[in-house]
Amino acid sequence: MASELIEIRWHGRGGQGAKTAAQLVAQVALEEGRFSQGFPEYGPERMGAPIRGFTRVSDAPIRLHCAIERPDVVVVLDDTLIGMPSITEGADHKTIFVINTMLAASEIGDKLKGAGGKPVGTLYCIDATTISIDELGRPMPNTPMIGALVKATACISISALKKDIQKKFLAKFGERVVRGNIRAIERAYEEVQTS
Amino acid sequence: MNKRVPLTGNDAGAEALKDVNPDVAAVFPITPQTELMHQFASYVHDGVVDTELILVESEHSAQSACFGAASAGARTVTATSSQGLLLMAEICAITAATRLPVVMPVVNRAISAPVNIGCDHSDSMFLRDAGWIQLYCENSQEVYDTVVQAFRIGEHKDVLLPVMVCLDGFIISHTMEGVELIGPEAARQFVGEYDAAFRLLDTAKPITVGPLHLTDYYFECKRQVVEAMATARRVIVEVGKEYGRLTGREYALFEPYRLDDAEVAIIALGSTCGTAKVAADRAREKGLRAGVLKLRSFRPFPGEEIAEALRHVGAVAVLDRSISYGLPGGPLFHEVRSFANGGAVLVSYVYGLGGRDITPSDLQCVFAELAARRQSGESDGVFRYIGLRES
Repeated sequence: MASELIEIRWHGRGGQGAKTAAQLVAQVALEEGRFSQGFPEYGPERMGAPIRGFTRVSDAPIRLHCAIERPDVVVVLDDTLIGMPSITEGADHKTIFVINTMLAASEIGDKLKGAGGKPVGTLYCIDATTISIDELGRPMPNTPMIGALVKATACISISALKKDIQKKFLAKFGERVVRGNIRAIERAYEEVQTS
Repeated sequence: MNKRVPLTGNDAGAEALKDVNPDVAAVFPITPQTELMHQFASYVHDGVVDTELILVESEHSAQSACFGAASAGARTVTATSSQGLLLMAEICAITAATRLPVVMPVVNRAISAPVNIGCDHSDSMFLRDAGWIQLYCENSQEVYDTVVQAFRIGEHKDVLLPVMVCLDGFIISHTMEGVELIGPEAARQFVGEYDAAFRLLDTAKPITVGPLHLTDYYFECKRQVVEAMATARRVIVEVGKEYGRLTGREYALFEPYRLDDAEVAIIALGSTCGTAKVAADRAREKGLRAGVLKLRSFRPFPGEEIAEALRHVGAVAVLDRSISYGLPGGPLFHEVRSFANGGAVLVSYVYGLGGRDITPSDLQCVFAELAARRQSGESDGVFRYIGLRES
């Protein structure tokens, strides 16, 4: 049963949409008939301060109600957070890192070390900030980061993700924002680089 | 199976209130409850329900408004957390002793000082003896289901007590999970029309609400609450069964998990029970027969049934997410122990105060400690903390 459970930990700064992304992935998984949880760090959120979000996706009902100790995937929305111990906490050589950065995977790799300086997992790098500025007109890296996450892990399907964005964003934000987000997701999905 | 929709615990509470369509809701915000009544207020605004929404200026006023509305015979709700619950405590005791079946989701949060917004059960435990039924929820699904059932339980003519539906702040209130809903039609049919026995505004049958009872009958009023609580034990089970026939999700006073052959067990309230089930599964993979007793109804307290369910278990950890100063061990521990009839080794664990996380590995350690105690037969009454940063 444990192998069917994917645990994703999101790291961002307050205002970058880490919580929204964590919950959006959980919602899409649910739409696909799977079991999921999406939740923010339990506590206050402050603009610019480091925050975490969590997503669990599974084929079986999820009973855990705690933060993710040993993530299968770590998504980093802001590369200035790299170097903080919380980013690599509980990660090992199997952990997948999806990082929003202008740097190449090879350059990031040196900065990302687990406990005892051991290298951690597989790196996927994408410049989600630039993509969001191009496609949405402002630095909002969360939706393109979901695109990169889906490419790296296939935790949900890209078509279900796009359908969900269409459904949720249309009434609230209008057609232009929906198109921008879908383009941002598609670009990140295509452009993400791995080490 | 019905479609599961993504809802946080707060959303699930609001959805249940919407599906029931109560007559009156008194609303005042406090973290982490705010989103629950915010969401419900939007249903009132959009005309999805015809509830009379009263925006009050404090929780003391919220419970006072509930008292007034319920006295008039209205089906009445409010919701709160932490300091809010403590501020309304004075009126909570009056609501209960006046036998007004108000329904109130309590989004459990630590109480000050120091200021903290994380989850623990100190707030609802503070009102342990206020005469409210207290039902605790493991997840968002249980929040929805329990809020719907709470109306039937509290309004039962032989109960007539207010009901707190307790959900863990942030851990449940802010976690999005899949929830199956029964919808307004089924929910309203399940709860039925509320027909209050007495109505303050019924001029054809005038009554006095809140009169003075001195040495003559005050004592008897209190004794009658005891009887109502005893009846509630039966009603909670009956309503839980009927809800099970409707939805396939049956509820009782507590839920045993892998207890039948357990050598060691954890008893707890709320979201921790889910994590404890995972820890029990993992302990069993390593050859330790572990189980969990998830207590749903803390008031009324099903002490005899708990003792019976744990009779064959060698060592039991009672987990409290609250603390009782001056008496080692939390409130749940002492109540479980007061029904223990020898046999099991009982250990009190206080954990998670102020929202400190509790993980499956923490709870696997608890199971391992229980196994060691069971071997050594060390006597009960031991008091421990989980995850304390002092040693």
